[in-house]
Amino acid sequence: MSPEQKGFLFFAVIKMLVVFTMMMVGVALLTLMERKVAGWMQNRPGPNRVGPFGLLQPAADGIKNFIKEETRPISANNLLFLLAPALSFVPAVMLIAVIPLAAPLPVNFDATLPLIGQVAYHGLMPMSVAELPIGFVFVLAFSSLGVYGIALAGWSSNSKYSLIGGLRASAQLISYEVAMGLSLIPVLLMSGNASFSEIIAKQQQGLWFIMPLFLSFFVFLISGFAETNRLPFDLPEAESELVAGYHAEYSAMKFSLFMIAEYAHIVTVAAMVATLFFGGWDIPFTHWDERGGLLQTIVTHGFFFAKMFFWIFFVMWIRWTLPRFRYDQLMAVGWKILLPLALAYILVIAVAIEVFERGFGWTDPRVLGLALFGLNLLLGWLVFFLLDRGRVVRGVAPRPRAASTLGV
Amino acid sequence: MAIGVKVMQRPEREVSYIRATLKGMSLTFKHMFQPRVTMQYPEAKSTDDWRIATRWRGTHRMMTDEQGRSKCVACGLCPQVCPANCIKLVPGEDENGNRYPLIYEIDEFRCVFCGYCQEVCPEEAIHVGVHYENSEYSRDRFVYDLERLQAQTHPVSTLWDPADPRGQ
Repeated sequence: MSPEQKGFLFFAVIKMLVVFTMMMVGVALLTLMERKVAGWMQNRPGPNRVGPFGLLQPAADGIKNFIKEETRPISANNLLFLLAPALSFVPAVMLIAVIPLAAPLPVNFDATLPLIGQVAYHGLMPMSVAELPIGFVFVLAFSSLGVYGIALAGWSSNSKYSLIGGLRASAQLISYEVAMGLSLIPVLLMSGNASFSEIIAKQQQGLWFIMPLFLSFFVFLISGFAETNRLPFDLPEAESELVAGYHAEYSAMKFSLFMIAEYAHIVTVAAMVATLFFGGWDIPFTHWDERGGLLQTIVTHGFFFAKMFFWIFFVMWIRWTLPRFRYDQLMAVGWKILLPLALAYILVIAVAIEVFERGFGWTDPRVLGLALFGLNLLLGWLVFFLLDRGRVVRGVAPRPRAASTLGV
Repeated sequence: MAIGVKVMQRPEREVSYIRATLKGMSLTFKHMFQPRVTMQYPEAKSTDDWRIATRWRGTHRMMTDEQGRSKCVACGLCPQVCPANCIKLVPGEDENGNRYPLIYEIDEFRCVFCGYCQEVCPEEAIHVGVHYENSEYSRDRFVYDLERLQAQTHPVSTLWDPADPRGQ
């Protein structure tokens, strides 16, 4: 192997280790953060007994989960029962690999390391584990793989609650996958590329996509909630009806893996929102961050983290604000509202871009972005004020009396 | 509709789910900065607006006289009145003819903390106490003998006073 190839592998392994470790630690801290936020929103202090401010609570939970007894239902399908937590955990953790976490770092590295030999790396190093040209498609594909873990967990447990939870999860994830994918088409239309770094570069030239593509963002955010199985869409683990849903039969570390997967999904959705609609690691109103350098990389990572952190907080905020949807409402929102909305929005944006660019000749990304922003204000008003009135989430309509013929 | 089921007519056309959501979110956000109401129990046993009632009937306490002997004269009224039958009393008599308890044991697991023993006691010797932290490592530690009952130092219950029914 040439020193360049070795260098690529060397840095790839380092990035993998760092990102995976940070992900695991971050997810552990997120469980604490969730409980803290829950507490604060209910005028409670949240967990504060273990360590300063309860910071060691995740460690205590982890130790507890490792030494807990593993139980397995006697009639479970052994192989799938063991496989399911891994199947939901692995895709969830893999997703963060393609997201650029900071501005690319210019590296000039030449060294002879023990065991490996000569290692060289020259040029810009992308600050994502894998700089995939189709990163976008990768995320969509792998986020839908998570449904296998959940569906198999529900089925292999051989328990009715788990099975219903698994079925609900499959139906929900598949329904919202459609809306999610379609809501991202306008992003592709704007950026003209499926790689995350190109999408960020496009947002640096023009406006952050939250402004020209607000409805896309809206649909993506809602489908993101559904994809992560979070409230108000946590029907698969609705504890009031299904005990714990698909992971009702799991205990100890296997249960933890489902939890880690859920929080890793939250991190990914937050990172996706930050990257696709809030400029990724871009620092607004300056071009200093695009020059490249160690300081720039660190500061832009701070900005990316802040954006991501806000959206993680947002997910928790929503969880402790909204009650759970009814199942028919969930399906209605997915298929009758979000899907047509996303489809119509693709059409509108495609036509608008064509008209603005070719018709009016507004090829400057900022002008185009502002024009689309104006369009979005109009559309947003239509959606939120006209369409939303009592149609998005319907209450129970009084059923006609003749419908109940079961002698009740 | 079944009997007694009332279908609420909810406003449907006038409400916007998204605006209602935003309203709810602003409410929960405000709550994040409000003072916490939790009492940090093991550190704080009472707060400004909450303390344990003086009429609380907890684990017992035997009062003693100036010489450190129990005030109990082993009259046998408390085992007689006890509805849970948790008091074991064996009376004894010294050379002066004074009765005293040879054995006085209260099984706190059987006790229902009615406070009748305190009410009936003519010498104001046995009392129920304002005390609630009673954990032990074994069940037999919950049979309190005379020595242990005398060693308790917690305040005693004031019980219910008919002249002041609301405790003011």
